Amino acid sequence: MKHHLISAADLTRDDAVLILDTAEEMARVADRPIKKLPTLRGRTVVNLFFEDSTRTRISFEAAAKRLSADVINFSAKGSSVSKGESLKDTALTLEAMGADAVVIRHHASGAPYRLANSGWIDGAVVNAGDGTHEHPTQALLDAFTMRRRLVGRDRGIGRDLAGRRITIVGDVLHSRVARSNVLLLNTLGAEVTLVAPPTLVPIGVESWPCEVSYDLDSVLPKSDAVMMLRVQRERMNAAFFPTEREYSRRYGLDGDRMARMPEDSIVMHPGPMNRGMEITAEVADSDRCTAVEQVANGVSTRMAVLYLLLGGAEPAAPAPHARTEETK
Amino acid sequence: MSKILIRGAQVLGGAAQDVLIDGETIAEVGPDIAAGDATVIEAGGRVLLPGLVDLHTHLREPGREDSETVLTGTKAAAVGGFTAVHAMANTFPVADTAGVVEQVYRLGKESGYCDVQPVGAVTVGLEGKQLAELGAMHDSAAGVKVFSDDGKCVDDAVIMRRALEYVKAFDGVVAQHAQEPRLTEGAQMNEGVVSAELGLGGWPAVAEESIIARDVLLAAHVGSRVHICHLSTAGSVEIVRWAKSKGWDVTAEVTPHHLLLTDELVRTYDPVYKVNPPLRTEADVLALREALADGTIDCVATDHAPHPHEDKDCEWGAAAMGMVGLETALSVVQETMIETGLLDWAGVADRMSFRPAVIGRLGGHGRPIAPGEPANLTLVDPAYRGAVDPAGFASRSRNTPYEGRELPGRVTHTFLRGRATVLDGKLA
Repeated sequence: MKHHLISAADLTRDDAVLILDTAEEMARVADRPIKKLPTLRGRTVVNLFFEDSTRTRISFEAAAKRLSADVINFSAKGSSVSKGESLKDTALTLEAMGADAVVIRHHASGAPYRLANSGWIDGAVVNAGDGTHEHPTQALLDAFTMRRRLVGRDRGIGRDLAGRRITIVGDVLHSRVARSNVLLLNTLGAEVTLVAPPTLVPIGVESWPCEVSYDLDSVLPKSDAVMMLRVQRERMNAAFFPTEREYSRRYGLDGDRMARMPEDSIVMHPGPMNRGMEITAEVADSDRCTAVEQVANGVSTRMAVLYLLLGGAEPAAPAPHARTEETK
Repeated sequence: MSKILIRGAQVLGGAAQDVLIDGETIAEVGPDIAAGDATVIEAGGRVLLPGLVDLHTHLREPGREDSETVLTGTKAAAVGGFTAVHAMANTFPVADTAGVVEQVYRLGKESGYCDVQPVGAVTVGLEGKQLAELGAMHDSAAGVKVFSDDGKCVDDAVIMRRALEYVKAFDGVVAQHAQEPRLTEGAQMNEGVVSAELGLGGWPAVAEESIIARDVLLAAHVGSRVHICHLSTAGSVEIVRWAKSKGWDVTAEVTPHHLLLTDELVRTYDPVYKVNPPLRTEADVLALREALADGTIDCVATDHAPHPHEDKDCEWGAAAMGMVGLETALSVVQETMIETGLLDWAGVADRMSFRPAVIGRLGGHGRPIAPGEPANLTLVDPAYRGAVDPAGFASRSRNTPYEGRELPGRVTHTFLRGRATVLDGKLA
């Protein structure tokens, strides 16, 4: 694996499967009374958040703490960043404090890439969402969730998502989740279809390894998983679609539409959901919807990423739970 | 004033000849001119061009002297082989009054490295709402002929129409920065395959092309001439080609960077490649080269845009748009136009000196290399090869996209009215 995780495209198929397999090991830790491993004791993980995202931040925080890392939360709000300090100076400060890994969320696409490639810091950089570019750990936790549900928790070990048909619905244009998912799912052998009004599909999408459809109803019966993206209400004011109601009618997932999906298919959502907009409460609260599981899986997946980037372990490292035995 | 004999230079890339400069003018051109008491410059293997003329330079003074001054900018111009530059109006304060253009003009005179012809703003404060006092700027000591809100588009069709009409009274020209503002809100790079992957806001070609289409029609309607700044797309070329085929008085410029670089470079997220209009695709680059070769695009203009280091040493979204270009322009043109066989040196002289001087109505520049003409000359060593080292720039800013890149050609001498501003590759 590379030193940083900036894009889902940084991962080979074997890298991605290793992360998912490791995440399964990590998930077992979560099932124990003491949810902690000593693996990253003495290592420092900085959560550098230039954008509000409590969910992602606490997910990374929980992941790092379960691996016994020291965690520093650096939020742009109320810090020198909001007083005009540059990304570079912030990075140099973190470097001086000895950050082993920097988990960065930034409103500007490419900021994690710059952080990793500008010589400002030596630590591993993990992209926790940059602008409208990528959110690779979200794609990994989504893939983890799909593999568990569609292949099986134990059967899935060592396997990818070959042949699974995944549909991603909504604001693809502004979605870092969609970009990372398209790349990772393609790496894992899945067949991806994007569904959105044409206004919310980027110019240039034809180079992406996926299909594009404007018609949700024609795609649903052929979908093993349907991922609903959050639609920002402010998009309406920029004429991407006429009204919320029209969007909801054409691209929202309700009970009737869900009924036309294959029997064992699942509904996913990266959260937070706009109930009544892209997803109805009936669907959101159904057994098929994995939104809450995705949150739990996010911690396991991020543990796996931090462990593999920082643990210094070779891919064939002993399973983490075996190490806990040693520490007893 | 002393005499200088340039011996054995290939005039406009032709046969080797001697050129004798006496005072401010060219005294004699021919074979085997006796040196007499003249200082001799052995120029075997080098190409002699008329001093280069830039229609599009940001000198940043007044207001952003941290990035460039008239003095440092004109030094950079001289190093690049330029003897005249047009200083764009987007300074602080904006060059929208006779007072500001006269100040810039005077600073240029004082620098002595290169003639500075100020460009006047079309509208007050570049706001696109009210015409600036175009006549006053023309009547000032600066004698402004080129008007531009560059950096911003004159997007209001009525304001554009009036400006085109009004400057006819004194043979002025409006140089349009063609960028439909609504289509480029939040734009960060060319809209296409790369922007889709990188998640950066797209700057679609149509935002440039739609304004150019409108403006050539407006110019035709009111019988005015219009100049299009930094053409960057294949579609823009088609529109200008069509307008010219109609006989309309339309001229256009292309920057060196749009002749060489593509949006693939943005994959590095390095803001040194962030520029407006943005780097486009390979197909656009090839169309621009072709159009410069066939004359659809009249000239090369640098759009030299200095920025301090901190405005580029940051994340892409926060970075300023623009690249310095004066000191590398001729090398890039040699690489993209000469070494591809698209233009010869006479063609380069036309596109980088004769035509921009005509568009700017700039007397004394862009003249033939002939007896009696002003001795504004540039001597180039086309065999030189070297990596670009920004540390050696005369410009105050270093935001070049060519750092470390090997480019051909080097200006060894520049003469401004007979006085060397550059000698053996160094500022005189």
